[in-house]
Amino acid sequence: MTTTSNGFAASFALSAGLVFGGLSLSAHAIDYEGIIAEQSTVSFRYTQMGVTLDGQFRQMDGQLSFDPAKPEEASAVIEIDLASITTGMREADSEVQDKAWFDTGNFPTARFESSAVTSIGEGRFEVAGTLSIKGMSRPVVVPATFRTDGDIAVFEGQFDLLRGDFSVGEGAWAKFDILANEIQVHFNIAAKAAR
Amino acid sequence: MSGATRIAPGRSYTSVAKLLHWIMALMIFGLIGLGLYMEGLPFSPDKLKYYSWHKWAGVTVFVLVLARLAWRARHRPPALPTTMSPLMRAAAHGGHAALYLLMVAIPLTGWLMSSAKGVPTVWFGVLPIPDLLDKNEDLGDLLQATHKYLNWVFIATLLAHIGAAFKHHLVDKDDILTRMLPNFTRETKT
Repeated sequence: MTTTSNGFAASFALSAGLVFGGLSLSAHAIDYEGIIAEQSTVSFRYTQMGVTLDGQFRQMDGQLSFDPAKPEEASAVIEIDLASITTGMREADSEVQDKAWFDTGNFPTARFESSAVTSIGEGRFEVAGTLSIKGMSRPVVVPATFRTDGDIAVFEGQFDLLRGDFSVGEGAWAKFDILANEIQVHFNIAAKAAR
Repeated sequence: MSGATRIAPGRSYTSVAKLLHWIMALMIFGLIGLGLYMEGLPFSPDKLKYYSWHKWAGVTVFVLVLARLAWRARHRPPALPTTMSPLMRAAAHGGHAALYLLMVAIPLTGWLMSSAKGVPTVWFGVLPIPDLLDKNEDLGDLLQATHKYLNWVFIATLLAHIGAAFKHHLVDKDDILTRMLPNFTRETKT
């Protein structure tokens, strides 16, 4: 539902831009579309034998549509290239491509697709959606903040996920005594102003 | 103190020195064994666990060697037997100096290596040890090689140390070995 109405909103904005090309739209807040992948980061923090380590996904992409005046109409699809992971431990970088972990051969991307965006005030939002990793989809609610940086929008937030929910780390890794179940995910997603 | 007779109390090590020597001896053998074993393991939870244990024990040995050096500075070890030649005395002192140097340098390179590899040490999973270096994989590899190389030198020096102790006991038949044993003091008193 939301995706369709947003698609409509986007195409309406686009047609409006074409039709009233010469007119100033400055009375209307700028809306944002499209992710600037190079300026976006998805990182994570985890604990191994009491040691906190940081990792990152170097490649991601997606679509996003956000009008600050109508945040409830916003939508986002984020796709993360799992093979682009750095885990903070070099030896683990290749290990986590294996079947017991992300199984990147069969499931190369993790995907988040929003279903509903709720404004909770002062540039803060709750984004409900579905997170799919390794063929498993789970509903998640992700807090996000919105700010502008020049003519780009930055959406930032963090949330905890349980690697066990997505069978990330099977077999000997399925116990959480050495490597914790909780993974703190931090995202910083840049989007460009719609033309 | 040095004015006393030859069979002076100073012929044996203090109980603290003995305790530190034997605790560290056990820990160091364990650490070397664990280090050699864990390095070749495939990436697994056990490997991560053993690495953490190795680091915790290594930090403990580092603390113990500092305590031991502080103790030694205030409690001079008993003099070497007069039967030893100047060359043998120099070898003994040199060997002991090398052992102390390695007991400090090896944990230190392990600590630096952990920092450079970006996996900091949290002592017993509770107390974070400060990182002495920023993450730098190449430097981490260099420190790992150094840590390993120093350990081979350490193993050779330890074999010489143990061999010398038995040589003193079995060939020279002096008290070098027995004066480090726990009950030596009691025996001499009787």
